Amino acid sequence: MGLALLALIWLITFVSTYFFVAKTWWFPVGASASAAWIDHQFAVTFILMGIVFVAAQGALGLFVWQYRDRGATQPVHYSHGNAKLEIIWTVLTAVLFIGLNLMGSRVWATERFDPPEVGAVPVEATGLQFAWYFRYPGPDGKYGRTKAELEDASAGGESAVGLDPSDAASKDDIVSGTMYIPVNREVDLALRAQDVIHSLFIPSMRFKQDAVPGLIIHMHFKPIQTGDYEIACAELCGLGHYKMHGMLKVVSQEEFDKWLASKEAEKQ
Amino acid sequence: MASTEIIHAHAAPQGFIRKYIFSLDHKVIGLQYYFLALIAVFVGMGLSLLMRIHLIWPNANLPIFGAIKPETYLMFLTMHGTIMVFFVLTTAPQGGFGNYFLPIQIGAPDMAFPTLNMLSFWTTFVAFVVLVAAFFVGAPLHGWTGYAPLSAVPSAGPGEGLGADLWITSIAIFCAASLMGALNFITTVLDMRAKGMTMMRMPLTCWAWFITAILGLLAFGVLLAAGILLLMDRNLGTSFFVPGGLNFTGQTSFPTGGFSSSTDLIKHNGGSPLLWQHLFWFFGHPEVYIAILPGMGVASQLLSTFSRKPIFGYRAMVYAMLGIGILGFVVWGHHMFMSGMSPYTAFAFSIMTMAIGVPSAIKTFNWLGTLYQGRVRFHTPMLFAIGFVSLFVSGGLSGPFLAQPVLDIPLHDTYFVVGHFHLIMGVAAIFGIFAATYYWFPKMFGRMMSEGLGRWHFFLTLLGTYAIFMPMHYLGLAGQTRRYSEFTQVAYQTKLIPLQTFITYAAIVTISAQFIFLFNLFWSMAKGKKATDNPWEATTLEWTTATPPPHDNFGGRTPVVSHGPYEYSVPGAARDFVMQNDPATTPAH
Repeated sequence: MGLALLALIWLITFVSTYFFVAKTWWFPVGASASAAWIDHQFAVTFILMGIVFVAAQGALGLFVWQYRDRGATQPVHYSHGNAKLEIIWTVLTAVLFIGLNLMGSRVWATERFDPPEVGAVPVEATGLQFAWYFRYPGPDGKYGRTKAELEDASAGGESAVGLDPSDAASKDDIVSGTMYIPVNREVDLALRAQDVIHSLFIPSMRFKQDAVPGLIIHMHFKPIQTGDYEIACAELCGLGHYKMHGMLKVVSQEEFDKWLASKEAEKQ
Repeated sequence: MASTEIIHAHAAPQGFIRKYIFSLDHKVIGLQYYFLALIAVFVGMGLSLLMRIHLIWPNANLPIFGAIKPETYLMFLTMHGTIMVFFVLTTAPQGGFGNYFLPIQIGAPDMAFPTLNMLSFWTTFVAFVVLVAAFFVGAPLHGWTGYAPLSAVPSAGPGEGLGADLWITSIAIFCAASLMGALNFITTVLDMRAKGMTMMRMPLTCWAWFITAILGLLAFGVLLAAGILLLMDRNLGTSFFVPGGLNFTGQTSFPTGGFSSSTDLIKHNGGSPLLWQHLFWFFGHPEVYIAILPGMGVASQLLSTFSRKPIFGYRAMVYAMLGIGILGFVVWGHHMFMSGMSPYTAFAFSIMTMAIGVPSAIKTFNWLGTLYQGRVRFHTPMLFAIGFVSLFVSGGLSGPFLAQPVLDIPLHDTYFVVGHFHLIMGVAAIFGIFAATYYWFPKMFGRMMSEGLGRWHFFLTLLGTYAIFMPMHYLGLAGQTRRYSEFTQVAYQTKLIPLQTFITYAAIVTISAQFIFLFNLFWSMAKGKKATDNPWEATTLEWTTATPPPHDNFGGRTPVVSHGPYEYSVPGAARDFVMQNDPATTPAH
């Protein structure tokens, strides 16, 4: 029985660790400025936790086999513990866990505390049951007024986000179901939700943020590679949660300008 | 303490109803809680099976259920979580085993307030009935966390009308029941201990039940308040969690509840969806420890008993549980890193969360230290205790990933989280319940459970649960979002379906294996080998009394305690264990 337990625990440990190390299923390739940082912090955490995992499971399997009951003659070490060992163990874990935490905090700080870079592209993302819409303020750089009373999801586009045409600033606002942004420029993102909480999740950008009704949440990130990236909703928002997805297209500055101009032209 | 026997020695009841239905006997009430949890766990497990099948074959036509719609999937998901967290993980370890064995282990004739004890069980039962009723009117789809405004506005989706009202009412009733139970447990531990049973001589199971009760007292009150506020938002037109300007333009066909029209809803003002999350998780995180602490107590008790060695670092174990209990109240914000909460507070919650890893690590270290140089006996309860430690390590070590806000960005609300909390608060806690069942079954029913079936159950369940929940971590890394009813709509997620299929097969095998347990349980009640009073050669007080214990637990005598709870292999002692109530000739601890 001891040997069977040892084999099972070690097997589980080996197989579990193998698929992490082999990266059979892994993060998508990072395409934003902070992705490398986040992935690095993950790797450091993984190595440290991996060592603890293998050591603890290894010892568990080993001990139950090594100290299995082999009859009354087998000596048992009568002990109530060892205070010195307890203190060493406690301090080591505290240093390890708190240290890890402090290491990762820099990325969080630059992403969330600092304002976006000067010249960042303003985009507003709105979540509603069950779609994402992206708004660009147009040449005037100002988002027009929106009103809850004017929202109409079935009409799509500007009507879906409730854009008020009577406001002068809304005349040049562009609303799109696909998110276009230029590469290597920061995005100054404002997140809104109209009905329930949604969460804008772009795995390749290592980006996730809830969109909360009643709040406008500002975030920023910088794509560093052109391409098409999928957007998913990460917060349960109702029966259509699973199909609330969108597309992020990271393009060159010229393509972005051209796309924006064509949308403005369409509107006139 | 001396006067308590007089107050609490109520006479043994005679009639069937007073003896088995409205019983005041903590042992009967403990069994009532246990069997309620047993029914609940099979309902909850059945729901998980339906969910796993739907995820892989979304268009399958099932017998009875037909084709499962996306909203039906979400209703199953909500009910699975609610049933498992409240009516299994909170009910069985604390209400079930705590009720049955806490008084006996501290040498008391009953709980401090027998009538309150009965009332708390029957209130729990009513809560369960109300929750099950939600099935018949269309259960809510907002998940067990019930985030507002999805849970606050009836027009947010199917099931958010009467079903959601029943759901939150059930939880509120459950909270009231748990508060009664918590008061009873705390008073019993403080006032009813036998002579010589000092706090530091209590078995670690009793410490765990005691600390769990304190957590329950502080946490369930908050959830109760939140639940009442939510009910008011839903039905009386208040705005605690409903912000202004909500418009459900895509969903006009559902009832509006307390909101007379959609314009009325738009004009609401002042509510905050984040307030619900703060209140919910202020309860929700301590709840994790309410589920797992009794399992820690049982694992400690069993590892010591079956290693024939005193527990390594008894005091450190007590302090670690207290540390977990206290820190457990200041970490709730780690559920909200992505919620829009101030990013500055994330630092504080993150540091606290990492700090809670320290007492958890102490516990693991001490369990390994207990096994080291012991003489390990592999009875079924011990197998599950060893499995508990393995699962606790595996589920615990994914914690420090999620506790870092920066890593929570890619991992939050993915299957990584699902794998993490199922391993630790789901499966590890369930292993604690299994270990306790196999361990105390002889005392409760006077017979032994089958060891052969027990082993099969253990090996299949350990391997099976790892096969289900470990791959979920890989899915999470690859960005598989949770609470999706199918994976067909987002291109990168369709690539993960093969691994999801594997998980479904693993779930089918693991769930089937639970019928071995069910058979063993009922077969052994009738046909198991007769148990002696102390079949495991254990030291705590429940093993000093008859099997099953008499109505007043000790047959008119009052135990006097002269030893610590885990005196195994004491040098110079006649046997390899010293009972807690043995006369103090051997070294007292």
